[in-house]
Amino acid sequence: MTDSILLPTRKDESWRYSDIDAIQDTAPDTFEAWEDIRVAEGESWSDLIVIDGSDGLQMRRLRIAIERGARAELAALVAGGQLGRLEVVVTLAEGAHFELGGITLGGDDTTREIVTRLAHEKPGATSNQTVRSVHWGKATGNFLGRIDVARDAQKTDAAQSFKGLLLDKGASVNSVPQLEIYADDVQCAHGATVGQLDESARFYMAARGLPPETIRRLLVQAFLGDATRELANEATRETLLEQALAKLDERA
Amino acid sequence: MLQIDNLHAEIAGTKILNGLTLSVNAGEIHAIMGPNGAGKSTLAYVLGGRPGYEVTEGSVFFRGEDLLAMDPHERAAAGLFLGFQYPVEIPGVSNIQFLREALNAQRAQRGQDAMSGGDFLKLAKEKAGLLKLDMEMLKRQVNVGFSGGEKKRAEMVQMGILDPAFAVLDETDSGLDIDALRVVGDGINAIMRNPEKGVLLITHYQRLLEVVEPTHVSILSKGRIVKTGGPELASDLEREGYDAVMENA
Repeated sequence: MTDSILLPTRKDESWRYSDIDAIQDTAPDTFEAWEDIRVAEGESWSDLIVIDGSDGLQMRRLRIAIERGARAELAALVAGGQLGRLEVVVTLAEGAHFELGGITLGGDDTTREIVTRLAHEKPGATSNQTVRSVHWGKATGNFLGRIDVARDAQKTDAAQSFKGLLLDKGASVNSVPQLEIYADDVQCAHGATVGQLDESARFYMAARGLPPETIRRLLVQAFLGDATRELANEATRETLLEQALAKLDERA
Repeated sequence: MLQIDNLHAEIAGTKILNGLTLSVNAGEIHAIMGPNGAGKSTLAYVLGGRPGYEVTEGSVFFRGEDLLAMDPHERAAAGLFLGFQYPVEIPGVSNIQFLREALNAQRAQRGQDAMSGGDFLKLAKEKAGLLKLDMEMLKRQVNVGFSGGEKKRAEMVQMGILDPAFAVLDETDSGLDIDALRVVGDGINAIMRNPEKGVLLITHYQRLLEVVEPTHVSILSKGRIVKTGGPELASDLEREGYDAVMENA
């Protein structure tokens, strides 16, 4: 067996919109490595992950086990690498909550993606994932969110919201919600939209004297605000938005 | 202040303005009336520089400068305010942030210093009071969840804050009940009735003109000004209808 067989391919569901060329020089065991996080019963955990760096594959892979009644909150900005990728695998015990506020940003021919897989294994757990993607040039943004609800995970409440904003005609976003539900008393909601900056809002703002770059900054900021709104940690909320806006300012 | 000469404009190849000529001097409030489809809103958008509204012939000079050569935000900085018939909702952006950025962008373009946050809030409070708009509304997102009347009052608060030399007001009276019409009309008088300023007041009905008495009234039909007169022309229209007045034009 050669090493290359172990690299992911587009046939792998969670890599279907990825940039496979960008991982060809990566050691295969990279795809075996995980950062493990356990949030103990009743505890709260929160973290901010920023993926930047310019070249090749920039990836973080987290496995988060949220125990009974615990809460995990992840804020993430994926804005680096030829391929920037955040993978998160979450298991939720009874009454646990997982919150994700994610942003992908990118231009040129980059791919930036967030891939989550949530297992609601026990009753009464909740999850809420909000991802906003802003891309320009010929860049791609992806959000692949799989939710498995086990047979006895009644009263699960899982929500996913994705919105993509394309600043140039060549950019694209993909969103793949995947729900595997084996319990019958659950609420799973997902929504996805893709758009451009609203032309009528742009003209309205210009008519009040705002130059095009200020208009773009205000509208993008408003768009990204969705991703941070549900995060409980105020410092995280502000840092995530600030870092995202700083990345956008780097756009020539 | 505003000289429009032989203006022709089209949208997606459809001709809407057909040789419109009009001039408004400082100290004048010039009402433009006309039936639906006459080109009233097109005139407003062309003056504001909306993308998609293509001028094919003619000229517009504003305070001696070629208005049509300017980008929309430059027109605003030059002192032109466009009051929208349908003010746009901007989710996620507060009125306060929007207006302070807009005012300071205009000031920067004019080579003036930015206004401080404190001074801006004082100004915003004063203008909101003038239009009887709760200051809390200005902390909310731009026009989001505002009623039709609130949007129009907010529009006039914006005008008060930005303090333009010239206002083009596109059916600012539409969607207003009698009380709101009075408040908005009084606001226009307070902000814009000034020997140094000019107003182009676009309206379908005479009722706003009872509060904001115009110095001139023109009738727009099929993309041209077909008749210009004093305030009495508005009363004639109200009494006799567009068809009768235009027949005598």
